Amino acid sequence: MTRHQIDFYFRLLCKCSSYFALFVLALLLYHVIGQGYTWLDFQFLSSFPSRFPEKAGIKAAIFGSLYLVALTAMFAIPLGVGTALYLEEYASKNRFNRILQVSIANLAGMPSIIYGLLGMLVFGKFFMLEDSLLTGALTLALMALPVITISSQNSIQSVPSSLREAGYAVGALKYQVVFFQVLPAALPGIMTGIILSISRSLGETAPLIVVGALSYIAFVPESVMDPFTVLPVQIYNWTSRPKEEFHQLAAAGIIALLIVLFLLNSMAIYIRNRSSKWRL
Amino acid sequence: MLSIENLSIFYGEKQAVFNISSEYKDKSVTAIIGPSGCGKSTLLRSINRMNDFIPTCRVEGKVIFEGSDVYRPGTDVAKMRRQVGMVFQKPNPFPKSIYDNITWGPKVNGMKFNSDELVESSLKKAALWDEVKDRLKSSALALSGGQQQRLCIARAVAMSPKVILMDEPCSALDPRSTAKVEDLIGELKANYNIIIVTHNMQQAARVSDRTQFFLNGYLIEDNDTKTVFTKPSKKETEDYITGRFG
Repeated sequence: MTRHQIDFYFRLLCKCSSYFALFVLALLLYHVIGQGYTWLDFQFLSSFPSRFPEKAGIKAAIFGSLYLVALTAMFAIPLGVGTALYLEEYASKNRFNRILQVSIANLAGMPSIIYGLLGMLVFGKFFMLEDSLLTGALTLALMALPVITISSQNSIQSVPSSLREAGYAVGALKYQVVFFQVLPAALPGIMTGIILSISRSLGETAPLIVVGALSYIAFVPESVMDPFTVLPVQIYNWTSRPKEEFHQLAAAGIIALLIVLFLLNSMAIYIRNRSSKWRL
Repeated sequence: MLSIENLSIFYGEKQAVFNISSEYKDKSVTAIIGPSGCGKSTLLRSINRMNDFIPTCRVEGKVIFEGSDVYRPGTDVAKMRRQVGMVFQKPNPFPKSIYDNITWGPKVNGMKFNSDELVESSLKKAALWDEVKDRLKSSALALSGGQQQRLCIARAVAMSPKVILMDEPCSALDPRSTAKVEDLIGELKANYNIIIVTHNMQQAARVSDRTQFFLNGYLIEDNDTKTVFTKPSKKETEDYITGRFG
């Protein structure tokens, strides 16, 4: 093969790799939409689960998912970004902080079911929060933390030191440089990490089943102490039933989940792009 | 008045600056010249304690500004830096609007000021006003390199400093922008004590009243600029300014 041929085939290979994921997604969408679209109507969105497929809906699950994600973000974002700022801007490079850093990296790779068990034991039993929305959110926040922390750290590291120097040179204090210069400059990268981890939270199933989200919920949660269910758990519930109609309901649920995911992501990307308007 | 007494600077075990003593008078421009790695930038950055951010850096001796040593424990470093401004090698405007670049410093220092007036006067002092007055709210990063550097000078001037430290301010600029910044230094001299590090000897000769020649961390020659460039007293200085090394 000549150099130019290699050049051509290498490009082709990379192109195929990138189209592969798209192809699988298209396949999934085709299958799911084909099965579920007839069920996706107002009745489906506004009803609670039922043992009669034609009466069943995802109202409780949609609200559960939205509340859960909002609560998770409330806990995970400040903690994750705070950890990243401390490790990058304040912590000295000593042994303890290195161990902290390694632990965070390890936490990011821990299987989600373990987080579920941890959440059930610590939040559910020890803090006696039971099978509540709060238990679920704290558990998911724990899972989202390492991802947000690590991506925020990378983003903070890439802020040029000349920007910090510029801040100090006009007499700013450390918190002013960190909060008003470094953080905004790192925000687009931090947002990317947040989007990724919060999207994962929205689709998370296993740890929530452990903390009790797999139950019959025929109401919208009114406080953080209420029991709850979420879209992926509801979908899982329906797919495990023998009746064919429930499988179609599950497909409709998947479409709804994808739409919610898409809307949340678009919102986050809009915020990210707005926050980087001074960059060229 | 700014003076340094017996200043030695170390990076870890390695000593970068050896026992320097010097005085820098108000309303004058002092150029610090010397080959790369001679300690000139290190010395400059030790004056407003920008070396604090290098963990291995250690300073001995005194930097006396307004009658007190900036390294004395308990010194309000931020307050000192607001009176000892700095312009860096590469233009580093904040990723904000031109307007906010000027007002950010005074704002975080809790100074009382009229924003519009401060922005206009600072930009005028930095000879940038006419070029940017119609787009004060647009990003500072959209300016050319030379304009960005003058904005950085305006940002320093907005703090009404006594001293302005310039660390090779023209090394990233083209000749026309360099000429503008040099003209500007000539104008600023009337009000500020300017210390400029440069590796460009013509620049030192053009803008400064006094020149200090550094070599390997030692202050070799310190005299008025004309004397240094026409009748240097040390052989090393002559070799350097005639281009025999460096």
